[in-house]
Amino acid sequence: MKNGFLVFLVSLVVLGGSWCGFVLAPVLQLGGQKQTTILNSSDLYPVGRPGMANQGLQVYRANGCAACHTEQVQQDGVACDVVLTSAGKTPLAVTNAISSLKLTGLDKGTADAAVDKINAAGGKAEIHITATGPDISRGWGLRHSVAEDFLYDDPVQLGSVRIGPDLADVGTRRPDANWQLLHLYAPQSVVNGSAMPPFRYLFRVQKIGGEPSPDALNLPKAFTPPAGYEVVPTAQAEELAAYLLSLQADVPLHDAPFTQPLAVSKP
Amino acid sequence: MSTNAKFGGASVPASRLVSSLAPPGEISSTDIDRSCCIPLLALFGGAALWLVVGSVLALIASIKFHAPDFLANCACLTYGRLQPVADDALLYGFCLPAGLGVALWLLARLSGTPLRGAIVPIVAANLWHLGVFVGLAGILIGDSSGFAWLEFPRGGSVPIFFAYLLLALWSIMIFAGRRGRTLYPSQWFLVAALFWFPWIYSSANLFLLTSPVRGVAQAVIGWWFANNLLVVWTGLVGLGAAFYFLPKITGRPLQSHYLALFAFWTFILFATWCGIPPGAPVPAWMPTLSAVAAAWLLVPWLAVFLVVWQTVHGSVRSSWNNTTFCFVGSGIDAFLLSGLMLMAMACPQISRFTNFTWFGSAETQLRLYGFFAMTMFGAVYYILPRAVGLEFPFPKLARVHFWLSLAGIALLVVPLAIGGIVQGWKLQHPDIVAFADTTKAMLPFLRVSTTGLLLMLLGNLLFFANVMGLTLRWKIALLKQFIAFVKSPLETTSASASLRRDKEVRA
Repeated sequence: MKNGFLVFLVSLVVLGGSWCGFVLAPVLQLGGQKQTTILNSSDLYPVGRPGMANQGLQVYRANGCAACHTEQVQQDGVACDVVLTSAGKTPLAVTNAISSLKLTGLDKGTADAAVDKINAAGGKAEIHITATGPDISRGWGLRHSVAEDFLYDDPVQLGSVRIGPDLADVGTRRPDANWQLLHLYAPQSVVNGSAMPPFRYLFRVQKIGGEPSPDALNLPKAFTPPAGYEVVPTAQAEELAAYLLSLQADVPLHDAPFTQPLAVSKP
Repeated sequence: MSTNAKFGGASVPASRLVSSLAPPGEISSTDIDRSCCIPLLALFGGAALWLVVGSVLALIASIKFHAPDFLANCACLTYGRLQPVADDALLYGFCLPAGLGVALWLLARLSGTPLRGAIVPIVAANLWHLGVFVGLAGILIGDSSGFAWLEFPRGGSVPIFFAYLLLALWSIMIFAGRRGRTLYPSQWFLVAALFWFPWIYSSANLFLLTSPVRGVAQAVIGWWFANNLLVVWTGLVGLGAAFYFLPKITGRPLQSHYLALFAFWTFILFATWCGIPPGAPVPAWMPTLSAVAAAWLLVPWLAVFLVVWQTVHGSVRSSWNNTTFCFVGSGIDAFLLSGLMLMAMACPQISRFTNFTWFGSAETQLRLYGFFAMTMFGAVYYILPRAVGLEFPFPKLARVHFWLSLAGIALLVVPLAIGGIVQGWKLQHPDIVAFADTTKAMLPFLRVSTTGLLLMLLGNLLFFANVMGLTLRWKIALLKQFIAFVKSPLETTSASASLRRDKEVRA
């Protein structure tokens, strides 16, 4: 049994090695992960999703939404802008210092050096950080996704293919629950030419009895049910919409810094 | 070595060759083949059924890209449920039981030991298919676990786990009772594969479903599992089978044992660390380690290439009329091609354009169907008639199946791979391409891939017809035997009388 036992031993050592690396180590390194503080703030992140959104995650899982959507924004790097906050007592010197400097689209080191020069000239400046990369340009998020974003999710639904857009920050992008419901019932009613299948089975088409239901969807003409009927979301649809709204990875963290824009106004 | 003689010329029936070599008192290979008959019928029969089910569902899922409204009112048939069911039907329904059956037979053949206690693998095979049924139905009604390739709810995962344990145990017992001490390379690959699955499947189920770990550690374990099943397990079983069938059919010995063992060592060493995609929201060392491991995969890739090249070189044309050779040979080509795709996807400059696109799906399909399923088809066409002792009812259809599958997988994978790169390029240029246009640009590619799925379905139907036809033949033969047995005392009293006389004489 000499050789046969060797096969077993080799497999045991090799697989045991990768088990320690990609099962044990992640459990030790990430399994006990705790909330982290938001950059330049004492608030903790994440705070956990509301109960309804957590149930929505189960609807998301059951219907295999991750077959088409990712929840992981990628980022190439950061661009730093140096912003003058005060010219101090020697504005002329500061102006001179600034005129010789490039102030936008810098890397962190150059930006730090520029701030030092401005400070030396007697002014005050700070650095505004913006994440860069195609996903960020698409408005899919303000920074790349990090492990903390998924701390309370079970199961974690990262997804692997973008047949539809990334959803890591969809709650910030589309904060309207009604839009989400319309989009689930008839995607083409709000996104022209959408390839997403409709999730009509998460809704009820019912006869309007007496007064119309307050929850009834306000659909565009081409998508309305027959006269006398209304479309009402089921509990599952409401939960799924709540989950989508709860997908907000929009705070700067130590691992993924950015400077909060003053007014978030994304279409 | 004796390998040359053992896997001698294609013109001489292999069974006769081996049995003529066997020392006196050795069990003939025909006996070994027949001892596996019913377990193999149970494993391959169910596998053929799931293969057809899987390709029908994959086709329906694919049609949804051209008509999002198609079958949209039924929760069970939504794309997000159909796609994983189609994938799992291929992997758990076809690939694993077919691989287990092939491993069982190969270990019995290579060990020169017949299967004993066949009832256990028969029960295990049925338990397996029951588990697959429960698992697939579970996903359709919304009980999926939500982890790719591990979607089965507990009602499905527990039966298949124990069924696997039983089948692996019986295969290992055959291996342990082998006659020769020296091992043939296929035995290394197969024994390692038998050991691999229970570990990864139990680990993944324990850490993800029974007592789930927190946060993205779940994703890492999920990727580790999927990689070890889709790349390592299929690689081990597929290569183990190929390293048996290619020399056997070409009539040339495996070139060489040492290189094959080197391929085995380096393959499991590096492949088991792959799978964490670049840019994942996990600590950076994990994707980096995976990328490094994927780059090192070039070493076993070259070793496999050399082994296969030196073994089949010069005898491809003469072996081409053998259907098993066609299947296994093109399976190995797909293995090498998908290996290149896997390495490319781990390379940072390329992964930028392949990450989150159809390219990954193309790689997986090429590996699962192009490599593994094709190799298994070849093996089943070789093994099953020998195990049952009857010919396939439509042997000519096997060749049609081969061409349909080959054309189908090419039409599925090539457009998805090219389309994936196009999609990746578009995703990387948000300033000139709106997201809706990246989806639209994929439609022509998806249309071709749907055609590919249709061809694969037709091919799979032919395979199903042959396996079921053979099962039917076997049952009819069994029935005839039974009828003959029932009738025999009435018609051949003289024969039984002579038998009785014989006994008396012996006594």
